[in-house]
Amino acid sequence: MSDPFLLIQNVRKAYGDVTVVKDFSLEVEQGEFVSFLGPSGCGKTTMLRIVAGFEVPSAGSVVIGGKDVTSLKPNQRNIGMVFQSYALFPNMTVGQNIGFGLKVAGVPKAEAAARVDEMLQLISLPQLGDRYPYQLSGGQQQRVALARAMAGKPQVLLLDEPLSALDAKVRVSLRDEIRAIQKALGITTIFVTHDQEEALSMSDRIVVMHGGMAEQVGTPYEIYNKPTSKFVAGFVGTLNVLDGTVTDPATGAVRIGDDNVVMKQSLNGAKAGDTLSLALRPEAISLGKQPGRDASIGGTISEVSFLGSVIRVRVGLGKDAVSLDTFNNPAKPPPKVGEKTEISFSSADLLVLH
Amino acid sequence: MNRFWAWLALAGGMIYFVLPLLGMTEFSLKMRRGVYSFDAYARVLADPKFQETFTYSVVMALVTILFGVLLVVPTAYWVRLKLPRLRPYIEFITLLPLVIPAIVIVFGYIRLYNTSSWLPLTGSVFGTNALLMFGYSTLSLPYMYRAVDTGLRTIDVSTLTEAAQSLGAGWITILSRIILPNVLVAVLSGAFVTLAIVLGEFTMAALLNRPAFGPYMQLLGANRAYEPAALAVIAFAITWGCMALIQIVSRFAPKAPVNPH
Repeated sequence: MSDPFLLIQNVRKAYGDVTVVKDFSLEVEQGEFVSFLGPSGCGKTTMLRIVAGFEVPSAGSVVIGGKDVTSLKPNQRNIGMVFQSYALFPNMTVGQNIGFGLKVAGVPKAEAAARVDEMLQLISLPQLGDRYPYQLSGGQQQRVALARAMAGKPQVLLLDEPLSALDAKVRVSLRDEIRAIQKALGITTIFVTHDQEEALSMSDRIVVMHGGMAEQVGTPYEIYNKPTSKFVAGFVGTLNVLDGTVTDPATGAVRIGDDNVVMKQSLNGAKAGDTLSLALRPEAISLGKQPGRDASIGGTISEVSFLGSVIRVRVGLGKDAVSLDTFNNPAKPPPKVGEKTEISFSSADLLVLH
Repeated sequence: MNRFWAWLALAGGMIYFVLPLLGMTEFSLKMRRGVYSFDAYARVLADPKFQETFTYSVVMALVTILFGVLLVVPTAYWVRLKLPRLRPYIEFITLLPLVIPAIVIVFGYIRLYNTSSWLPLTGSVFGTNALLMFGYSTLSLPYMYRAVDTGLRTIDVSTLTEAAQSLGAGWITILSRIILPNVLVAVLSGAFVTLAIVLGEFTMAALLNRPAFGPYMQLLGANRAYEPAALAVIAFAITWGCMALIQIVSRFAPKAPVNPH
């Protein structure tokens, strides 16, 4: 395997007694799109600012393209950054904003003008070069900010919640656009977001952050389907968390409600009588017995919500309950609250949380 | 009824402020017996002393403005960016010239920088001019600082700075190409107030014995009848002209983009 393009090694950041980033390490390949995903205060923006050079780490190092940049100032790192608030220079036109970095770098005028035109084409705003930022919509401003960040061909592109200030429709179209541009230019990108849908849809890999640490690093598929902790499982997607009591560690049998399920996953050395936290995605559960699903548990319908094409059903299993969605079938009325039922799933989908 | 009292208050204010000005203007036009004329103005404008002192004060004002901009813009910017906790203290310091009389400041200067001191600035014309310029800068500091600080409040200083840094800009580029152009209207407001202060200032210029416009107005007022009134009208016209310029210039201010927050 080749050396990583961006290497973050054992970074720690503390403000007085408060440590906001704890021993964070990450390797990012050239051209990779990595998202830092986590709730507010998890340290994701601080980590991004450390890569940008706006924050100095208390310990650890940041290496970009084989060069240790930990002690370099932000303007010496050759990074491009896009901010949540766009941060376009109000006194400059769109063209001047995009060309600012090129001018600072001393790029000849003709070359800079050609690059600005190229970037305007790339963001599909070729006719807006002479407009001022205040004459643009939020989505247009963010595209200009993206073009400005990439005009100087930075080594790493850093995106700090760039879609958070936009309305839902623009957000979806712009995230596709950002990903397409990033792929076209092959630029190594770090994207900070608290929106799991953005992270899942855009990233090559996701770093789920919690309490200043990387809780799990993996592809969107791995993060969603194989969460390694209760936090990741709960933060990414909707999750049913159940308590299970180990009945036979040798076979992996666990009691949930009144039924036993034989786990496929290791019980991590749990002994008989131990209680485990188990997770099950709603889409992994079916109402009633279904072919190909090797596990089932009896329960009682506790809640039914009719949502049009989908019916959300909540089933009580002893002291726990699980939610699942079924498609609306006009030929079949929805289940009734209080009805006895059975849920079935593949035991491989039942995850043990740490 | 409320409107009546509002109009009455306005009329009272107008009489209080405008009537003396009208009286003074009318008096300045009565130099020629029996008719209104601009004789007093012609005489003032033709006086070589007027031209000399006015030019001196305008040049001093420009130098003071330049020094003020170089001192205040980076200071206010840095305080906003890196030392926000110091803001109340800096504001207090910039307010001091309003409570310390100019005569105290200039006596302090003379005592500290006289010809027998360790830095004998009053021993040369250049040195005395420099002292006067520092004095003017001190007097205009409250207005200049507040104007610039208000201008900085209208932009997202830290994010714009970080955006410029990420694009490779150093501090001088950030200050000259991003911050200053975006607070230019505020700087110009401070600059015009400084111009008005310098043109009318008497105490410092008189005690440092420099040929400024303020002492000239006082001298003229002590010896002539109609010319001081004409001079006062001219001084008012200059001040109001400056205010009109602030209004015009502010129309060309860079507009802040739509704030996403």
